[in-house]
Amino acid sequence: MPVIDKNTTFWGYRRENGRVGVRNHVIILPLDDLSNAAAEAVAVAIKGTMAIPHPYGRLQFGPDLDLHFRTLIGTGANPNVAAVVVIGIEDGWTKKVVDGIAKTGKPVVGFGIEGHGDHETIKRASMAAKKFVQHATALHRVECPISDLWVSTKCGESDTTSGCGSNPTVGNAFDKLHPLGTTLCFGETSEITGGEQIVAARCANDQVRERFMFMFNRYQDMINRWRTTDLSESQPTKGNIAGGLTTIEEKALGNIQKIGKKCTVDGVIDKAEEPTHPGLWFMDSSSAAAEMVTLCAASGYVVHFFPTGQGNVIGNPILPVIKLCANPRTVRLMTEHIDVDCSGLLQRETTLDQTGDRLLEAMLATANGRWTSAEVLGHREFVLTRIHESA
Amino acid sequence: MIHVVLHDAKDTVAVAVVEGIKAGTQLSAWIMDEDKTITVKATQDIPIGHKVALKDMAVGDTVYKYGVDIGKVVAPIKAGEHAHVHNIKTKRW
Repeated sequence: MPVIDKNTTFWGYRRENGRVGVRNHVIILPLDDLSNAAAEAVAVAIKGTMAIPHPYGRLQFGPDLDLHFRTLIGTGANPNVAAVVVIGIEDGWTKKVVDGIAKTGKPVVGFGIEGHGDHETIKRASMAAKKFVQHATALHRVECPISDLWVSTKCGESDTTSGCGSNPTVGNAFDKLHPLGTTLCFGETSEITGGEQIVAARCANDQVRERFMFMFNRYQDMINRWRTTDLSESQPTKGNIAGGLTTIEEKALGNIQKIGKKCTVDGVIDKAEEPTHPGLWFMDSSSAAAEMVTLCAASGYVVHFFPTGQGNVIGNPILPVIKLCANPRTVRLMTEHIDVDCSGLLQRETTLDQTGDRLLEAMLATANGRWTSAEVLGHREFVLTRIHESA
Repeated sequence: MIHVVLHDAKDTVAVAVVEGIKAGTQLSAWIMDEDKTITVKATQDIPIGHKVALKDMAVGDTVYKYGVDIGKVVAPIKAGEHAHVHNIKTKRW
């Protein structure tokens, strides 16, 4: 009896633009580092809001600036977010973010600090945030088809048990989700190194394949421009190596297990771009956990599968992160972080199908409202990807 | 009990999935894709998650895991020995 089929439903928040979220956040979103203090003050004054402070947003330019706006707008636009208060140092760029989020139809407003000061800004932003919280808390979940669920994946602090167990578990879940019309995502461009021909072969057509290889080669060029050695301890990380992963090729073959055996790669997006149709999307992205999960949230994904080997603890402010692990030592020593224990796979106590089903059960419970370990533990890592220095 | 796993019968390394594998232990190795078991004797301690060599390998040899090329041998390895960053390196970077 499959856990999911075409008749499966979940209870989510249907937003103004038709997208469905599984959380109902009201966020106070700073445009730039200077606005963090005011944003955090609003979040203290108005219960039921969450500030998302970050260190950037000043004097960025070119594609680096485009990515900054895309990420902030995408975060506000994500269907897990009910309403947004934007705060920036000045009105012009603040309005850009507000206008971008407003295209979804959800409540959003912005405040610039120059000419007003922190106190005045905090007061005006708090008044708006209060209204937004009372609006959001009056909303109800409705029954939605499984095809409305967008699921992303990234693995972190992997070890060899990731490639043997937890990543294939995601692959098994993706193989079951893909035919139901869901929208899925994987990425970590540098971590495909050694397996790029395998991913290329899974691309649905030549156009997708060309775009994937373009993104892959672009990332390789960047790495070759800056590297001094073989990236050992950076990629693979020190934690990967301590856990037994030896080469990037070995890590890549483990990484790729996450796309299962049957999924086609149906489209390619750049960092924080929104997919335009159902299917499995490759997003050009960092392999750093918080950077990539932040990008997935900005692209509109609402639930995230995060397999780990050595015990990555990451969460995200708006995207619930489900942790699964096949390393029995990590499951034992870091139990508070792990949502799905896959270690039985490697002792042949459970099958891949059974373990994939357990992950899908966790996905449905999470979608229907159950908090993940990362949410309960307060992990809200929000990390913006940068492309180059500020001016 | 399964001590180590490999993906494909072509693999020349297997991954320790239990803690405390000591030198001299006869290891039960599960070939996941074929659901078959073979044995290999550990000649060194193998930490959980780390790899054990399934055959003797010379400098320059390709290491196989998942049935494909995952790197090259940079120091001679004997079957049963710990296989990791001291004797295997990437070919890519």
